[in-house]
Parts: sequence; structure tokens; C-alpha cells
Amino acid sequence: MDSVGTRASARPYARPPEGSQPPSLYEPYRATIKRAPLKPLVVLPHTLSEVTGPIFGHDRVGESDNDLTCQHPGEPIGERIIVSGRVLDSHGEPLPNALIEIWQANSAGRYRHIRDQHPAPLDPNFTGAGRTLTDEHGAYRFITIKPGAYPWLNHYNAWRPAHIHFSVFGTAFISRLVTQMYFPGDPLFAYDPIFQSIPDERARQRLISKFDLETTQPEWAKGFKFDIVLRGPEATPFET
Amino acid sequence: MKPDTDLVPTPSQTVGPFFAIELTTVEHCVQCVAGPQAEGERVCLTFRVVDGEGVPVDDAMLEIWQADSNGKYNHPEDAQAKKLEPGWMGFGRVATGEDGTCVLETIRPGRVTQSASPQAPHLTVGVFARGMLKQLYTRVYFAGNAANEEDPILQLVPSERRGTLLARADPARPGYWSFDIRLQGDLETVFFDV
Ligand SMILES: [Fe+2]
Repeated sequence: MDSVGTRASARPYARPPEGSQPPSLYEPYRATIKRAPLKPLVVLPHTLSEVTGPIFGHDRVGESDNDLTCQHPGEPIGERIIVSGRVLDSHGEPLPNALIEIWQANSAGRYRHIRDQHPAPLDPNFTGAGRTLTDEHGAYRFITIKPGAYPWLNHYNAWRPAHIHFSVFGTAFISRLVTQMYFPGDPLFAYDPIFQSIPDERARQRLISKFDLETTQPEWAKGFKFDIVLRGPEATPFET
Repeated sequence: MKPDTDLVPTPSQTVGPFFAIELTTVEHCVQCVAGPQAEGERVCLTFRVVDGEGVPVDDAMLEIWQADSNGKYNHPEDAQAKKLEPGWMGFGRVATGEDGTCVLETIRPGRVTQSASPQAPHLTVGVFARGMLKQLYTRVYFAGNAANEEDPILQLVPSERRGTLLARADPARPGYWSFDIRLQGDLETVFFDV
């Protein structure tokens, strides 16, 4: 059995399969054109600096930070939803104590952010931000309202499909993931260059949450399931 | 017994323009990696992020990960026989302002020696922004440090580009350093494929 103490160097992490991650440059998403590196990246053999990373404690998360519907005196307008799932590594191991942070537009498609100029109403009872730590089974749960689609200036008549932004910390700095969760059946997928930037169709589909009757609460809120997979260490031939 | 086929990691998507409502609120920014009580040489590091036209990127988020002044990480995978500084976390998170800059307060880390060739003091940086579908990784080394010459990662970088990974000391103000992150162009910063 390989143990940390006997290793001369860090245990490398597996690299994601070809096409499963978006490229840095994807011209249909115009903002990438001046922000993507054009010189070749230097391939980095993983050292301790890559395979370690911050570990967060419960002091970072408040009791009700995962309920975006109870942060103000009144209830936010919109369709109440429960988003839940698990955080796993690429071997299927659940990751406990993973910090998940989310942010989103309100039900009208407006962010509580100074630069969001979309002429849709702000909701005084909705900030659109939350955080939680996964439990011992890698499970998490948020209560929120379904975000609205919103326009952006990427191209003529451009609309983002409804989404919730997710930020997740795994076991290593290189398993860090920022992504977006979408909702099933959105007619805007075909027109959205951010969603379409992922070359592999099956990988892309993994960003779409699934309606889930089991976590749906009668007369209260619909449930959506969204599992997140983070890069894990390479399997060693000695491992059983 | 684990399944033979590994799960495919979830694809990345851009952090977008509105992350500040959660990730870099006053409570969730970590501008100070090491407080005044931390051991080690104090470093006040100004980052500046610019795009391919030299225009400041005013909506970027940088995350920093570093070892303590002895080169020890606060992480179970770190098997170096060194004592971790009590209370050391090693994580920072800052957002750029209108001029594309942001400031990090920290200490110069020690050398990480868990490998055949010890690494020179460095910070690992993740760069996130609108227009970036996934984060970029770079490293900050300290110009003038003799250990840079034998750092195994710097040796992988073409010599003419190595300078992009060096923070520069401000000759007028001891302890003040600056590091430019050029996303594109002739002086493009070296980014790593991790
Ligand atoms: Fe968004």
C-alpha cells in the first residue's frame, strides 16, 4: 500500500479526457478572443503545489447559507426549487467537506450586481448567493428560486439559458471547478456559445440538472439533481 | 472494488461578470494570506491583469495557494518533515479593480522540498474571468532569488519566457512586489497545462 510518507514526489492527478472541457479560445463566445492565451501552455508535471489545496471548515459557512429564500424579511418571487446532489472525484469517491458557492440571477433574469443593466426588476427579497459544505457522503442541498434567462451582448438577440453558477473546491488546487448548472429542456441551449463551447456532447449534457420527483416536496418546491465530478488522483497500478 | 471506467470531470464554464455577489464579497475575499503575526519575509504583491490589447481586465478573480515560510502546505498530502506554522491556511482570493490591479498581502513562502529537485519559493495562481471558459494556472516566483536557477518547473519554461513568471521588487519600497498577468500577446504570461 502506497502511503504519503514513503513517496518521493507528489501523486499526480488524472487529466480530463479530450473534448470534455472547453477550450480557452472559442470564437463564438467573443470575450474569449482577447482573453485566451495564444502561446502554448507549458505542461506541468504535478508537484505538491498542484495536488494540495485549501481545505475549508464549517466556520466559513453559516447555518442557513444554503437557503437563498430566507435571507430577507420576505420571500423572493419565483418558482421555489431544491437543488441537490453529490460531489465525487473521478473514481466515484464522495468528497466530504467540499465548499460549494453559488450565485444566480433572480426569477426575472436580473443579478444583484452593479454592472447588470438588464431592465428587469430586482427582487428586494433575493440576493442570489449561497454556500454550503458537502456532508460526509459528499451530498449538498440548496433551496432557491429558479433563475430567469437573461440577455447579453455577445451577438444579436443573445440570451443565456437559465443557470446557476457553481464554484467548488476539491482536494487539490487543480481540481478546483467553476461551472454553471442548467435546467432540462431549455430551448436556448442550441444558441448559447458558452454551453456549446464544450466539444463533447455527453460532457456538455452533464451540466444539465435533472428534474427529480424524490427530492420534490409536495405543495412546496420542485427538486433538481446535479452531481459534480472533480478531478482525482491517478489510479496507481498497485491500488486494489 | 472501484468501477473500471472513471467518471468524467464536470466541464468548466466561465465565472462570468457577476461572481462578485458571492465569491468576492467583503466577507469572502481573502486579501490577506498571512497576517502580521505570520513568520517570514512580508510581501505586498500587486497583480495587474491585461488582455491581448493591453486593456486592463477589471473583472478578474485571482486565487492564490502557497506554502508557509518553511515551504510546508496545510494539506494531508504534504509529507515533508516540517512543522506547519500554527493557523496557516495559505489561500488567497482577490478581485481586480477598474485598473486591472489587485493587492495581496502575504509572506514569501519557503522552498517545497518533497521531490528530487527542491522548488524555489513560489505562489500558485488560478485566474478566472468573464471570457475565460476555464481558469488558467500560473506561478509567481521572486526575481533575484538564487533558487530560481535550479527550480525544476522554471527549467521547463523556454528561457526567453521565464521572466513572465517573476515578480519584481519595487526598489523604492522594500517588501512591495508586482506581477503582471498578460493573457495574450508578445509578453504573454506563461500558463501551465495542469
Ligand atoms: Fe450568469
